[in-house]
Amino acid sequence: MTSQSTPAGPPLVRAVNAIKEFGSTRVLDGIDLEVHRGEVVCLLGPSGSGKTTFLRLINQMEQLTGGRIWVDGELIGVEERGGRLHVRKDRDIARQRARIGMVFQRFNLFPHMTALENVVEAPVHVKKVKPAEARREALRLLELVGLAERADYYPSQLSGGQQQRVAIARALAMEPELMLFDEPTSALDPELVGEVLTVMRELADSGMTMIVVTHEMSFAREVADRVVFMDAGVVVEEGDPDQVLRSPREPRTRAFLDRVRREERVLEQRVARELEDLGPEPSDPS
Amino acid sequence: MSEPDRARPPAGDAEERPGLIDAVPVRHPWRWVAVAVIAVLTAMLLNLLLTNPIYNWPFVFEAMVQEPVIRGLLIGTLGATVLGMVFGVLGGVLLAVMRLSANPVLRGVSWVYTWFFRAIPRYVLIVTMGVLGALFPEGVSLGVPFDWLIIDALGLSGDWRFVTLDAYAVFGGYFGAVLALASSEAAYMAEIARSGILSVDRGQVEAAQALGMSPGLAMRRIILPQAMRVIIPPTGNELISMLKDTSLLTGLPLTTELFFQMQSIGSRTFQTFPVLVGATLYYLALSSVLMVGQTWVERRFGRGISPSATPRRRTVVAPVASNGSGAQ
Repeated sequence: MTSQSTPAGPPLVRAVNAIKEFGSTRVLDGIDLEVHRGEVVCLLGPSGSGKTTFLRLINQMEQLTGGRIWVDGELIGVEERGGRLHVRKDRDIARQRARIGMVFQRFNLFPHMTALENVVEAPVHVKKVKPAEARREALRLLELVGLAERADYYPSQLSGGQQQRVAIARALAMEPELMLFDEPTSALDPELVGEVLTVMRELADSGMTMIVVTHEMSFAREVADRVVFMDAGVVVEEGDPDQVLRSPREPRTRAFLDRVRREERVLEQRVARELEDLGPEPSDPS
Repeated sequence: MSEPDRARPPAGDAEERPGLIDAVPVRHPWRWVAVAVIAVLTAMLLNLLLTNPIYNWPFVFEAMVQEPVIRGLLIGTLGATVLGMVFGVLGGVLLAVMRLSANPVLRGVSWVYTWFFRAIPRYVLIVTMGVLGALFPEGVSLGVPFDWLIIDALGLSGDWRFVTLDAYAVFGGYFGAVLALASSEAAYMAEIARSGILSVDRGQVEAAQALGMSPGLAMRRIILPQAMRVIIPPTGNELISMLKDTSLLTGLPLTTELFFQMQSIGSRTFQTFPVLVGATLYYLALSSVLMVGQTWVERRFGRGISPSATPRRRTVVAPVASNGSGAQ
């Protein structure tokens, strides 16, 4: 992939006509997308639009049905030998995945390990880093996400926001070139969303390449270099966050954004109403 | 607590709030009846145990410490239990992983194995193992399979067998005993291990894969440790069953075993009943020890999941003031 060099160098992720079918249902219908080093790209779109599926294809949680995806110039899932495509072996796929960090909607921390053990696990057993060294690095990462003093807690003893921050530290411990976030704040109580977004914002500022599936419009506007709006398995519109979010060109984007704003307003009104119903007096300490 | 206590309105001062509850507890007369009945039954039992001469308690304890009995206890009963269980668990986990693999041949083999060995009563399997030697009149050998065909085809003579053992000695002895118990146990353990593996959340596999773990590593480090929580309680049952089933090894026949040795003392001395009491006491004691062990292992593998097994760890940097906020 060195034939043409754009100002930002070759793309870290390049998808050409990515197609994914589950049985006879086509979930992704030809996605073209390039993500360059240091770029933060937010994938937006209604549920069922295929944005999570696309993210999972990059990390081979799903197998591509058609098209090609390259990460750092290397074809994902298959390799070309003697003019034919060959499916990669498990070990090869594991090697490709090790360079990509992934953060899940439901955290998926290992419940039988402490926060520290979660972060240390992959560097020691996959990258064969010395345990003492991995431990030091893990503590540094936990410090980075503000959880150094929770290192010896089990996931069940942590709040959702804390668990997600440990999950980010765990992914970072493998020193990935690329971080994938699959709706990282969707499973969180509203008051815990902020702490996770703060960590993600810091990560973006440090120059990490990130692809983020999210419903947090303000995060997309403030942090993303580019937003990609998907619907029904295709990219409808992509571009500068301000442009796409403030004055979308495509009617489908506009309809989606209008709906999100309306829902947010309804939610706000409901909260306001409920607060009013509670009355002005301070609630009794139970 | 929005309603004021109507039964005892605050005396005098209207602002006084209800204090500690000092209420008459519910009476349970039937509990006392049950206690009386059980006390009478216990007295009857004790009377039977201590005054009936047939028990012959001094003889019970004397029989229990005879050298052949101790040997049988250690070798046939405890030894075969441990070995049968170790190989049974290993085989069972292997069968479960095969059953869940993507390879249809491995899946099929695992299914057929489980189907076959679950169907055979353990006693029948042990007796069959004892006479399996009949199938191999020339003994069992370690060497190249179908060597005589290959040697014939190449026009050579002799054989390609490195060790040859008497088949009756192999299958009818201690090896056969452990083999019979382990192969039967593996079939049960396969189902237990499979349900354990399936109980682990799919997201755990994905998280392990996303970190670059190979399927084998993910199984060893992430899936099995979590599956253990589901696997251990039924395995404890299996272990106790195994302990008791070593008494079936008489059918092999393996005689260095607790029950056989106790019985043979009984038939030599005509003290049939006391020796059975002695055997019962041994089985009771061993089962109790195993139950304690199971509790310990359950706590070990419940870390992070069951609250009683999760230690509130010391913190690394400094204890924070709001320590209790994390648990939910």
